Amino acid sequence: MADSAATLGHGHAGEVTKRDFLKLVTGAAAAIGGAAFAWTLIDSMNPSKDVLALSAVELDITPIPEGSGITVVWQGKPIFVRHRTPTEIKQAEDVQLSQLIDPQADSARVKPNHAQWIVLIGICTHLGCVPLGNKPSDPRGDWGGWFCPCHGSQYDTSGRVRHGPAPANLALPPYAFDTDAKIKIG
Amino acid sequence: MAGQQHDSSFSNPVIQWIDTRLPIFTMMQKEYAIFPTPKNFNYFWNFGALAMVILGIMIATGVLLAMNYQPNTLLAFDSIQHIMRDVNYGWLIRYLHQNGASMFFIVTYIHMFRGLYYGSYKYPRELLWMLGVVILLVMMATAFMGYVLPWGQMSYWGATVITNLFSAFPGVGPPIVTWLWGGFSVDNPTLNRFFSLHYLLPFVLVAVIFLHVAALHIVGSNNPLGIDVKSPQDTVPFHPYYTAKDSVGICVFLLVYAAFVFFMPNALGDPNNFIPANPLQTPADIVPEWYFLPYYAILRSIPNKLAGVCLMFGSLLILFVLPWLDTSRVRSARFRPVYRQLIWVWVAAVIGLGVCGAHKPEGIWVVLSRVCTLYYFLHFLVILPVLGKLEHPLPLPDSISRPVIGGGGGPLPGGATAKPMEKA
Repeated sequence: MADSAATLGHGHAGEVTKRDFLKLVTGAAAAIGGAAFAWTLIDSMNPSKDVLALSAVELDITPIPEGSGITVVWQGKPIFVRHRTPTEIKQAEDVQLSQLIDPQADSARVKPNHAQWIVLIGICTHLGCVPLGNKPSDPRGDWGGWFCPCHGSQYDTSGRVRHGPAPANLALPPYAFDTDAKIKIG
Repeated sequence: MAGQQHDSSFSNPVIQWIDTRLPIFTMMQKEYAIFPTPKNFNYFWNFGALAMVILGIMIATGVLLAMNYQPNTLLAFDSIQHIMRDVNYGWLIRYLHQNGASMFFIVTYIHMFRGLYYGSYKYPRELLWMLGVVILLVMMATAFMGYVLPWGQMSYWGATVITNLFSAFPGVGPPIVTWLWGGFSVDNPTLNRFFSLHYLLPFVLVAVIFLHVAALHIVGSNNPLGIDVKSPQDTVPFHPYYTAKDSVGICVFLLVYAAFVFFMPNALGDPNNFIPANPLQTPADIVPEWYFLPYYAILRSIPNKLAGVCLMFGSLLILFVLPWLDTSRVRSARFRPVYRQLIWVWVAAVIGLGVCGAHKPEGIWVVLSRVCTLYYFLHFLVILPVLGKLEHPLPLPDSISRPVIGGGGGPLPGGATAKPMEKA
């Protein structure tokens, strides 16, 4: 740069001139400035602060009968809270991980000493439909968990995907047991 | 300075005054009146003009609907009812718009089939064809976002499923989906931006269509024989010959359109969209509008999410490279005995995909949609490149005039009676 600066102004054709340098710097400044401004426009489409403001949901789970689940809303998303029967728990625990599409042990998907409760984000990992299966009368698929009516994905009693096209298990929301009867989601 | 004024040939003083300063009348005269057009068009050549007509109707009715529509999740569904019941002729404007989308797609699909059958995408019209594919993509985005606005169950869940397509891409997918939504689920921000974009995109469409037509007026129209215009005898002026022929087509088209609007306005819709959107309950069966069914079937035919999404987008993007996949230099299927059969197999596969898309992905429908998906891609990726090398095309006529004058009216055997000729 120092060399080209020394020959500024009287360069011949093909040589780097002061004008080339100015064009480059001006162009780069415009590009960086333009990109910085474009980001404000793009980012304005991301979730706004009121949407981001996390609201925690507290839930009394005692009214949920064994074998059934309920749906609550957290961050605009359906959350499944299901009271599993001993058979369902055993089914979920006895599966060999090698048989799973997205291997994960049942114990990693429930809280310790609360294996009868499974809490899931009720959004099919395929294309975002809400699977059926909370009510015992709903179709629950061949693995007794949830069945997605949109494209036929099936989940087991641990919310793990057992039949495609969904690629992953139902996601777990952050939650904790305040008492045995009460959970806090978020 | 008078020397810089356009030399106008119009005698009306007002027109001349304008035309010497801004020669739009000269341009219209050149491009739409005396524009030399092959004289052997059949009615397939009406559909470009029909698409322009329906786009005009969609913009006009859309602007009026926007005056009464509320893009807010709490008000959207009710504002549609307000348009249907309270606004003067609101029912008419809304049904024209709702059914107009279907009409736009059927017209465009026939227009595209014309291009495929008569080889309109081949040299020198590749860019013209590619601009057409851009138009199709913009149309699809516009139609999808418009369908979300009434905020019924199918609106909501269609929006959820389609935006979730982007979550298939590893890493960047989920942040893109959140960005598209402006939240963590389809909600008010999503509805607001879809309304904004649904109003914007038709004008983008107008701009791309302008380029599409500009490119057409450089390279000229293809024709049912697929051979080049050789002399002025092969052409007629666009006006009055094709303005008249297009008018016939427009009348027939408007009859069909009106039949839907007045006698079966909801025949092409989904009953679930009469139920307000409920984010906690997915309808038992999510089906897109009929014009998206084939792509939906391709998506569902693959048990892998990413592969399904890629194939679905691929089924459209492959059209961009079609001019280079087809190795035959003969344009019209009339002179390609094998292609002329196989194009119908491809059409059958697309219709088959449409039927599969309307059914739950179970049993025979899964198998059938896989077979049709395979054939769809086989047609473009294997059959078209290979067929161009193996097929023996029929002899092409000397010129457009010969089969028309010499063939005595029967258009199909026209080529056979004409003198054989080297491929252009």
